[in-house]
Amino acid sequence: MDIEYFLELFFSGLTRGSIYALIALGYTMVYGIIQLINFAHGEIYMIGAFVALIVAGVCTIYGLSGFAILILAAAIAIMYAAAYGYTLEKIAYRPLRGSPRLSPLISAIGMSIFLQNYVLLAQTPDYLPFPRLIPDFSFMDPVAHIIGSAELVILVTTLVTMVLLTLLIKKTRVGKAMRATQQDLSMARLVGVNVDRVISLTFVIGSVLAAIGGVLVASYIGQVNFYIGFLAGVKAFTAAVLGGIGSIPGAVLGGLIIGWSESFAAGYFSSDYEDILTFVLLVVILIVRPAGILGKVRKQKV
Amino acid sequence: MLKVQNIQTYYGNIQALKDVTIEVAEGEIVALIGANGAGKTTTLMSICGITPSRSGEVLLDGDPIHDLAPENIVKKGIVQVPEGRRIFPDMTVLENLEMGAFLRTNKRQIQQDLNYVMTLFPILEKRQSQLGGTLSGGEQQMLAISRALMARPRVLLLDEPSLGLAPLIIKQIFEIIRQINKENNTTIFLVEQNANQALKLADRGYVMENGRITLVDSAANLLSNADVRKAYLGI
Ligand SMILES: Nc1ncnc2c1ncn2[C@@H]1O[C@H](COP(=O)(O)OP(=O)(O)OP(=O)(O)O)[C@@H](O)[C@H]1O
Ligand SMILES: [Mg+2]
Repeated sequence: MDIEYFLELFFSGLTRGSIYALIALGYTMVYGIIQLINFAHGEIYMIGAFVALIVAGVCTIYGLSGFAILILAAAIAIMYAAAYGYTLEKIAYRPLRGSPRLSPLISAIGMSIFLQNYVLLAQTPDYLPFPRLIPDFSFMDPVAHIIGSAELVILVTTLVTMVLLTLLIKKTRVGKAMRATQQDLSMARLVGVNVDRVISLTFVIGSVLAAIGGVLVASYIGQVNFYIGFLAGVKAFTAAVLGGIGSIPGAVLGGLIIGWSESFAAGYFSSDYEDILTFVLLVVILIVRPAGILGKVRKQKV
Repeated sequence: MLKVQNIQTYYGNIQALKDVTIEVAEGEIVALIGANGAGKTTTLMSICGITPSRSGEVLLDGDPIHDLAPENIVKKGIVQVPEGRRIFPDMTVLENLEMGAFLRTNKRQIQQDLNYVMTLFPILEKRQSQLGGTLSGGEQQMLAISRALMARPRVLLLDEPSLGLAPLIIKQIFEIIRQINKENNTTIFLVEQNANQALKLADRGYVMENGRITLVDSAANLLSNADVRKAYLGI
């Protein structure tokens, strides 16, 4: 076995996986707090990528450098996605709080379809090329055949994002409020947590992570269209379920497992198998461990 | 101090509280007793704004609080130790206590109160970095009471603090409740099925049946009331 080829697949899997993980975090955090699978989450990611594309287009006209454009595009994409996530929760889920669990789920599917078609109509059904915003670093030259500059930027960005998220959740006051709400929503209210605000914040954080993922993927793959949110969403959702929905480390682990299995399947067998493998893995794990790898079997409340 | 006036609370179409009126004076210990499903927990949850009543009023020092969100009711000093303790299972004992002080900002006072609850229940200091979910039932009850104290309550609502605990622990918990009432002049409203213990501790008591208050009297009178003895004291 060729070790360099193995490493190349390893890093490309790690790169993809870390992006799945970023998106999976949004599913898992929302599920952890209100037990809702936010099917429109993939669309937030897609909108993030689209906003970045538009900003990048405008900036290129003004002749900014690639890295400056990337930062600016990402910043604006994050703001847009955050606003979409916040609004989505407010209009599509909050009014259904307290109704049967199926209602918000259907509302989520509806919002997903709506957002896809809205972008389709407002933009275009075609694939649009996304500019290469991440330059090739010369210091990466010696290892460029194993890990590219774009992959490095993605890995560092996701790592920093996850460390910041962990600190936010573990150390800050809002982070504690989020954990309390996740563990016992009514009790959180009884100690004075404004859970509506916590839920809004969770959507905003999830959307920010998805937008970061969207911008990174778009500049890595090089194209976007209105439908990219669907497949990425399904994969990231699978990652969240695989790792144990509701579990934050589980989402990261699930994302990495899927990234690696896709990359190795494509590299050693054929890229035809990469999508299938994801779902085979999901089925196997769910049979062996229905709560996911790191998931907890939720005790029924009495 | 706390006045519940003619509240009606519903779960969907089912009426759980029918015209409930309760009054608790400052510094008093008042007990609410009743059988399973009588509506005791619902009464506390209505006071705290978790299941708001459809009509009627809840007043604190004469000010209506029944339209406030739960966090604002906590801010006013009404704090509940809920049925089943509801410790945050994946937070440490210390974090659970900090959650109790969620709405407070004065770090020095919070530290003082941490020290205070740890002298009330020294076991909590030993267990402070252990996860809440791993504590024993008695320890969880001590933590639940301490968490509520961390909010510096003016009125402390307790829902069946003796539930599922060994007699010795129950005695200790009730002793601490009395101590909290004496030392800080904290007003106590105590829900119990353990009527005997509750009425021995309380100044006055209410009896609830099927969502209605059926009896109000001094605790001593209730303890000697023939109906109460038969229904709730098993004598
Ligand atoms: N979430 C709910 N949905 C529907 N009905 C409820 C709900 N919670 C309580 N009830 C009903 O309201 C009534 C009062 O319940 P509540 O929990 O207040 O009784 P309780 O006096 O606290 O009983 P226990 O001593 O068993 O704790 C019961 O008939 C119960 O079935
Ligand atoms: Mg009850």
